[in-house]
Amino acid sequence: MASLRDIKRKITSIKKTQQITKAMKMVAAAKLRRAQDRVIAARPYSRKMLAVIANLAGRVERAQHPLLAKREPKRVKLLVLTSDRGLCGAYNTNILRKAVETVKQFQAQGKEVKVNVVGRKGRDFFRKRSGYTLGKVWSDLGMIDYEKAADVGKNIVERFAAGETDEVYLRYNEVKSVMQQKVTLEKLLPVEPPTEADPFMAAVDYLYEPNPEVILGSILPKHVEVQVYRAMLESQASEMGAKMTAMDSATRNAKDMIERYTLKYNKQRQAAITKEISEIVGGAEALK
Amino acid sequence: MSAEDWKKNMVAEKGKMLLEIVAPSRQVVRSERVDEVIAPGSEGEFGVLPGHTPYLTALKVGMLSYREAAEWHHLAVDWGYAEVGPERVVILAEGADRAADIDIAEARQAKERAEKALSEKLEQADYEKNRIELLRAMIRIQVAEKHGQK
Repeated sequence: MASLRDIKRKITSIKKTQQITKAMKMVAAAKLRRAQDRVIAARPYSRKMLAVIANLAGRVERAQHPLLAKREPKRVKLLVLTSDRGLCGAYNTNILRKAVETVKQFQAQGKEVKVNVVGRKGRDFFRKRSGYTLGKVWSDLGMIDYEKAADVGKNIVERFAAGETDEVYLRYNEVKSVMQQKVTLEKLLPVEPPTEADPFMAAVDYLYEPNPEVILGSILPKHVEVQVYRAMLESQASEMGAKMTAMDSATRNAKDMIERYTLKYNKQRQAAITKEISEIVGGAEALK
Repeated sequence: MSAEDWKKNMVAEKGKMLLEIVAPSRQVVRSERVDEVIAPGSEGEFGVLPGHTPYLTALKVGMLSYREAAEWHHLAVDWGYAEVGPERVVILAEGADRAADIDIAEARQAKERAEKALSEKLEQADYEKNRIELLRAMIRIQVAEKHGQK
């Protein structure tokens, strides 16, 4: 049985842990706000760009651009977005489990799958396991900005344009609400232009400068970059949300533990006092 | 956003144009009462007045100006696309900064960095990257000096 001093020490140690988790929760909450603001700020650009692509795609022969080309999907690439750091609950576990499912599914269809990873957690996961072809890895990106995302996007576009992969998919965490994240699967390449064009300008004929093919050719890679950027922002916001929830429940667990140990401590102290009294009383009796 | 909402959202004041300038990380400008836009198209600078024919072009790095009544505003933009319609102009720019927001000292440093890098022997890709950096910095300095905070 633990002595009183041991219990006391344990309580102090849990209290310290609780302070840390509490601080981490607050940091995550602040970062979450910033990340969410960025997700919202990035929306107009990607929406407008999609409208322009829809407008252009209707006018250019489909197979004319390599990023629109539909090939028999024999070699598939999966880009998985994970975090660099842990302590965010089931965030990485969830996304990696889903990623593995997707890979298995593609492999069952006889496709060759290559995995590209963003984030240290994903890298470690796929490195430790056999049966996966791990391609390029990006980690320790810190706060996401457009340039970092564009780097990732450019690499993927180059590989696709060179014919190394026939389809590219994206697995990442989407923000449903602060408390809720959803793992989603998105097709990144070939680009599928939306069929519903911008209702404002759909019917009119445009003047193009230099010409529609050139503009489409330069805008499509940008579009992929923007998609990656958006997904990275979403997944960063999700990470912060997951971290906040995880740290909140850790803080609450610590509180429960402290309560339990305090109760135990008090009980034991009582028992010790009672024992001492009865010893004294017993001693006094014996002297009579 | 449904088509209906979109339409409601996209209307300019009568006789004016709606101008939207968006960069990947944020919306830079949104104004419903623009009278004139001058932008650096890839094939040369162009001006837009209300009632312009639908026009879609690539942009190069340069200065973009727009006028609300008698008031001119200036921005430095880095590449992108312009979609022009009779009542609206949408600019998708890789980077866009209002003249007043440009940090001249920072731009000068960027210029020096790029110049220094260019004076050394470089691989093709690095050369391109630094050449673009240099162009960007020069335009930013120009715009800021001419129209930025005095």
